[in-house]
Amino acid sequence: MTNTKHNLTSCLLRLVVAGGGVLLFSSQAAFASEASGVTNAAAPGGLLEAALFYFVALVAVVSSLGVCFSKDIVRMAVWLFGALGSVAVMYFLLAANFLGAIQLIVYAGGTLILLVFGVMLTSKSPWVKFECPKIEMLFAGIICAALLGCLCIVLTDATWAGTMQVVPGASVEAIGKILITKYLVPFEVAGVLLMIVMVGAAHLARQDD
Amino acid sequence: MRILLWKLWMGYRIFGPIIELLMAMFRPFAVAMYRMGGPIVAQMAGMILISAVVAVCVGVWAHAMLFGFVDESILATAASAGVELTGAFSYVSPATWGLTPSQIAVQLQQVGGVAANMSGVAQYLLWPVQFGIVRDLVGLGALMGLFNIIPVYTIWWERKVAGRIQSRLGPMRVGGWHGWSQSPADGIKLLLKEDLIPDGADAPLFRLAPYFNIIPSALAFVALPFGATYVFRELDVALIFILGVLGVEVLGVMLAGWASNNKWSVYGAMREACQMVSYEIPLGMALLLPVVTTGTLNLTKIVDAQSGGWFHWLVFSSPFAFIGFIAFFVASLASCKRAPFDLPEAESELVAGFLTEYSGIRWSFFFFAEYAAMFVVCGLAAILFLGGWHSPLPASWGAALGDAWYARGVKGLLFSGPVWFVAKCVFLLYVQIWIRWTLPRIRIDQVLYACVQVLLPLTMLMLLGTTVWVWASTSECETWAMVTAITRYVLGGIGLMFAFAFPAIAAYGFYHRRAMVGNLVQDAMPGS
Amino acid sequence: MTIGLTHYLIVAAIMFVAGLFTMMTKRNAIGILIGVELVLNAATVNLVAFDRYMGPDRLDGQITAIFVIVLAAAEAALAVGICINVYKNLSTVDVDRANSLRG
Repeated sequence: MTNTKHNLTSCLLRLVVAGGGVLLFSSQAAFASEASGVTNAAAPGGLLEAALFYFVALVAVVSSLGVCFSKDIVRMAVWLFGALGSVAVMYFLLAANFLGAIQLIVYAGGTLILLVFGVMLTSKSPWVKFECPKIEMLFAGIICAALLGCLCIVLTDATWAGTMQVVPGASVEAIGKILITKYLVPFEVAGVLLMIVMVGAAHLARQDD
Repeated sequence: MRILLWKLWMGYRIFGPIIELLMAMFRPFAVAMYRMGGPIVAQMAGMILISAVVAVCVGVWAHAMLFGFVDESILATAASAGVELTGAFSYVSPATWGLTPSQIAVQLQQVGGVAANMSGVAQYLLWPVQFGIVRDLVGLGALMGLFNIIPVYTIWWERKVAGRIQSRLGPMRVGGWHGWSQSPADGIKLLLKEDLIPDGADAPLFRLAPYFNIIPSALAFVALPFGATYVFRELDVALIFILGVLGVEVLGVMLAGWASNNKWSVYGAMREACQMVSYEIPLGMALLLPVVTTGTLNLTKIVDAQSGGWFHWLVFSSPFAFIGFIAFFVASLASCKRAPFDLPEAESELVAGFLTEYSGIRWSFFFFAEYAAMFVVCGLAAILFLGGWHSPLPASWGAALGDAWYARGVKGLLFSGPVWFVAKCVFLLYVQIWIRWTLPRIRIDQVLYACVQVLLPLTMLMLLGTTVWVWASTSECETWAMVTAITRYVLGGIGLMFAFAFPAIAAYGFYHRRAMVGNLVQDAMPGS
Repeated sequence: MTIGLTHYLIVAAIMFVAGLFTMMTKRNAIGILIGVELVLNAATVNLVAFDRYMGPDRLDGQITAIFVIVLAAAEAALAVGICINVYKNLSTVDVDRANSLRG
């Protein structure tokens, strides 16, 4: 086969499918009503919401498993991006638009970049692999499978006290207000903590030691 | 195995023969048409370009009219049924509010004229428009088209401007009129180039990286409003959504650099990471100025707050916003990796930085992403500081024109419409290109110095100042109101001075073009 | 076809367990960090889902999620800094090799 054909067809088709799909899905996931500052998730209880949720859940699960079983650390980071992005779409589905956007900025645009940056700085060659003994893998697998089983049993059996109603999500203003009234002390403490972290990170990263 | 089995199957077994067959069928036709039509097309090239632009404008206008008509029909039907509709009714389930074709026909009859005569066909043609999914597909098509057109023509324009700045002509041949179809031709060439993947590269990541770059920049268009109603999704967190998806682009560049397994690529990726992560902070701080002033993250509402004409644009609202706008523009240059901040691909030092190993369509994906991101940050600057889709005239002057269809058209052209938004974006894009071709690239340590020690404290101060300014403006003190008004008009006057000086200096240069360097310019500048 | 609270919780549980497995089996310090991020994300999904279905007008879940995101970012910054320092001293980020307290 020629590379040209492979290039033309697969690249373009994949771009169209990926781009169109991502555009449609993410935009369906998130839209706000025009009149009020209140956000709605995509038609609660509708077919669209269900389809979106199952798609996003599939991406999240596959990405998480990819993180587990990937050997290469940069690929792990890419899988983690899949998980983080699908979590962001889940926030949009849960009508937490602000949180979804924050997730994109802080995790995908900040933390993940930092992790990849750390990988680049700490590996001499791209193909450094850190092997784990097979027996440990086995034990870890057993523990995790048992934990997952227990969690799933508990979750499916539990009856939740709250009402399962779905109401429009809160606006950004509401989040801002509650952050500087009810949650003022944690807010300030978080600010101080970030300050400490900034100083600490600067100290750790200094050159002359 | 380098190429996965399913890809081989999809790409070659299914689409390969089809493309081969089509090419065999159409090749003689294409050659014959080119021989006959080529000269004619070359004669009419400029006309084709202009008519395409006009057709796009008419298409946008017609689609808005049709959507508006169907919305009014739904409202009228609901009103006659005694039901009150609120919110975004295009998403209401069709089982409850769905129009029947005959209801549309009734509305068409009321319009009269051609619409009434055509109602037999038009009722069925307009019927699907009421459903959200149909509108989404139309919008998606428009979005993808826009996403293709903007980079293609910005690249052509950049090459033309670069040529003029360097006393040469830039692309002149393809398409006839000033090489206007140079970029599409380049695109076709890039599509047909061989898809090279280096032996030592991490192939899946190498293939994936361009998508990490291009899809986020396309996603930004989802929330970017072009006009009061010309927005695919009006998000209440549109501002930070756009900032977030543009931040994801960095990951694509880093993966590209890493997966190429090339020293220059990794250097480019590292520089990109340093630069982007640090410049996102002043960028975000500068974005906060309009947010603090208007109290919303919704881009449409931020623009609505600036509808009072030139002097009410947010850039003139306070001295802090004025300086903040400049800081935002510098930071946005860095976040689009435009010169003088194009360290990640610095071709004089790093071959081509993270792009070194890329070729063909994957290489062009990075360029699409870069130019689309340029347009998005220019759009953000226009929306947040320069009044968005409002013209320098106060929008209230247009109220006297009424609400007829022709009045709407006039208002769209004179007072507020997507044309103004695009014009402002194009101007800012021009400034970006201008800066790129006149300023030298700065070193990486200078880049980081400029961010951490200049821009960051500056934007922090501006944020503090704006906060105090807004707080003082709530006090309803008359002296303060006077101070605000004077500041507004002084800053607006400075802005007006720039706005008049720019075309005046350009006209001076054009008048004295014979004094410029090089024969090419004298002989081939337009109007010479 | 209604998507309920349990759906989100199960997805979060799978993510949590995947993160736990990553933390247990990876030897690269940054790999462990990636596992931690996954676990934190799973917790955040839980918080937001509970907020949405149990008390949508109270916002407690969303605010807690915001704090979790802030802390996760701070933690990642410090942890990557520590990793780089470990690499400076030991020339590797294998957590099994970092077994002495001498700097």
